[in-house]
Amino acid sequence: MADKGISVKDLSVYYGDNKAVKNVTIDFNNKDVTALIGPSGCGKSTFLRTLNRMNDLIPNARMTGEIWIGDEDINHPKTDVVLLRRRIGMVWQRPNPFHKSIYENIAFGPRYHGLKNKSQLDDLVEESLRKAALWEETKDRLHTSALKLSGGQQQRLCIARSIAVKPDIILMDEPASALDPVSTSKVEELISELKQDYCIVIVTHNMHQAARISSKTAFFLSGELVEYDNTETMFTNPVKKETSDYISGRFG
Amino acid sequence: MMKPKTVDKIATAVIIGVAGLIVLVLAGLLGFIMVRGLGHLSFDFLTSPPQSIRAGGGIGPQLFNSLFLLVLTMIITVPLGIGAGIYMSEYAKANKFTDFIRLVVEVLSSFPSIVVGLFGLLMLVNYFGLGFSLMAGALALTIFNLPLMVRITEQGLKSVPREQKEAALALGLTKWKTITSIMLPIALPIIVSGTILAAGRVFGEAAALLFTAGMSSPRLDFTDWNPLSPVSPLNPFRPAETLAVHIWKINSEGLAPDATEIAAGASAVLVITVLLFNLVARWLGRFMYRKFTATK
Amino acid sequence: MAQTTDKKISANNHFAEEWVGRIYTTLCVLVLVTTIVAMVYFVASRGLSTFFKNDVNVLELLTGLKWSPEGQPPAFGALPFIFGSFSTSILAALLAAPLSFCAAVFMIEITPKFGRKYLQPVIELLAGIPSVVYGFIGLSVIVPFFRDVFPGQGVGIAAGALVLSIMILPTMTTVATDALASLPSGLKEGSYALGATRWQTIYRVVLPTTLPSLLTGVVLGLARAFGEALAVQMVIGNAPFIPRSLFESASTLTSAITLSMGNTVSGSAHNNALWSLALILMLMTFVFVFIVRWLEKRSKL
Repeated sequence: MADKGISVKDLSVYYGDNKAVKNVTIDFNNKDVTALIGPSGCGKSTFLRTLNRMNDLIPNARMTGEIWIGDEDINHPKTDVVLLRRRIGMVWQRPNPFHKSIYENIAFGPRYHGLKNKSQLDDLVEESLRKAALWEETKDRLHTSALKLSGGQQQRLCIARSIAVKPDIILMDEPASALDPVSTSKVEELISELKQDYCIVIVTHNMHQAARISSKTAFFLSGELVEYDNTETMFTNPVKKETSDYISGRFG
Repeated sequence: MMKPKTVDKIATAVIIGVAGLIVLVLAGLLGFIMVRGLGHLSFDFLTSPPQSIRAGGGIGPQLFNSLFLLVLTMIITVPLGIGAGIYMSEYAKANKFTDFIRLVVEVLSSFPSIVVGLFGLLMLVNYFGLGFSLMAGALALTIFNLPLMVRITEQGLKSVPREQKEAALALGLTKWKTITSIMLPIALPIIVSGTILAAGRVFGEAAALLFTAGMSSPRLDFTDWNPLSPVSPLNPFRPAETLAVHIWKINSEGLAPDATEIAAGASAVLVITVLLFNLVARWLGRFMYRKFTATK
Repeated sequence: MAQTTDKKISANNHFAEEWVGRIYTTLCVLVLVTTIVAMVYFVASRGLSTFFKNDVNVLELLTGLKWSPEGQPPAFGALPFIFGSFSTSILAALLAAPLSFCAAVFMIEITPKFGRKYLQPVIELLAGIPSVVYGFIGLSVIVPFFRDVFPGQGVGIAAGALVLSIMILPTMTTVATDALASLPSGLKEGSYALGATRWQTIYRVVLPTTLPSLLTGVVLGLARAFGEALAVQMVIGNAPFIPRSLFESASTLTSAITLSMGNTVSGSAHNNALWSLALILMLMTFVFVFIVRWLEKRSKL
């Protein structure tokens, strides 16, 4: 993994004739948290989903431009999407644990990728749950259904699930927006912990959250990247007028 | 000119009356079959072979044939139908070919079953040399049932939340693994209950079987379980008259003096079986849904 | 380095796995498509050989009144069967359509709780009852009743239509219920808010907006009635003539095939003529599918 996490060059995404992301060029640092902010419908989620080619699933979505992860062009025809996605974890707005036990939710991916040894799997499950600060709450009921957990626990389980396959990058699409304040702060703590090991890109509509957890922030408006800077600079001294309007809550 | 309120009252009364009438007719129908048929049901009736001229014949071989044919049909239909359903739901691209397949499925599902039977006679019985046999019957019923199975699978897979699929793909699972180990289990309650209802349809089908499974059964030896022996009940290449075909046959050319009673008894067995399929489908669907979602 | 090899192995595995899935599902679809293409081809080629090999005139088959394929000279007038099929199925649909609409309105608008919970499962159950059972009931209840009340033997188009209408009623009711249930509630509330009575709302708002879906149900029922073989064959009498009354013995396309197919030699003129009847059934299936598609497009607008 090169020092440079993700490098995006002149990326545009179209849904049919509608251009949802417009000529975005941006770099994300490794071992860092970058927040994408902007009003809803500004293209930030669409942008995020192109980073692990999740937009491939949408029938009429189409993109131009380049995305490099390390020295690999992820849209190259020879790129193995399955291996690519294995290196990129993803966390969604609503918690989406598999309809399986807590243990299985985490062990499923690594086992599929070849880790068959039971005790190694057990260790990995514990390690992942500990990283996600969920071990203490769930160690006695690992084999009960994950759907019985609370929303906040489910979301942390989803984070544990994605780090269990040892990705380099984690994409998060408003991971705390469906959670209560206590769960939200737990998830935020967790993200700050994780940034030591991963390149994290997080979409959020909550500017305080962006200020709390990220070191860089990118502001999107109507599909365009308006401004990208260190979070502190961005929130105290934005260059563009749109950015300061949005941050001071004048729209969005 | 009547007042709107009066009209409303009259219309409501008419609708309730008609609904009542329908309920009465349907209840009468079920009641009639049960009253006429249940009296004739006995262990002996369900297990003994039919008599052609004398009274007192049973429906044993026919009942066995129906069940065996059902099993054979489902063994062929389920993997094919689920495979095609997965293709339609997950692999098919939005293009002309897919539209064509959709049209094909729709046409096939509304094909008259007698025409399916004729095709079976031509292709399976004659060209492929299967003769009048359980196998020919099972394949004909597969043609007849496949569109339903495809639709059920498609419905089941479409009901899986998109985030579940995306979560699996994001872990680096292949599409096929995602479908088989994440999506199918969630879709299973819908697929299972739909399949059981489809099985009920197979159990009662007759027109497609007249010219494929045949209208007669050889004398069966229920102690011979070698599938290759011609008198073995398990031989899939012997002719087999099913329960539904039997009802039709004794009604149109039955010579036994108690033909009507036998038909009534056999009809009751058919209806009860369909009822059971329905109840099991509902119960199993609900049970599996609860089990997989772990909710109450 | 170890990690790289690990990833390579897994890459090979997952390509194989992906192909297994793709090939398996594609094969299933190909079986499906091949089957239907073969079916259409064989029914058409067999059905058309009456005209090309046995030199029967298409018009004679469609309009001729005399059906006697084994006679001297043979006659291939299938109009009595065509007439029988159309009259029984259309009558059945006409009988069942208003009934199913009333049943659906009753279930959705008048007693939603009771209807949803008890009536709908029962009606769905009835949709699953085998057609021979309906035929048996027709033979042992409807035919004797008609014999006592009306002149004739009781069998005929009336008995056939009545049996078919009971048979297609559940299907049509299910479609109508779904159509009514999917109506946005705002539409009805708007009408009630204007002070309209329930019937006015049903008549002016519900009926016009759901009409294409309701008609879809009618056509589906009609198609099922048209293609049904045994239930009709058991109660219609099977005389190859156009009857002078509804209570006189008649025949349909399906009943003629059911009765004679087993007794003809493959390739004979009689056999081919029966395939021509099957061809008519198949073409009508296409017509019904076409109408249903057209109606569905309308109801989406």
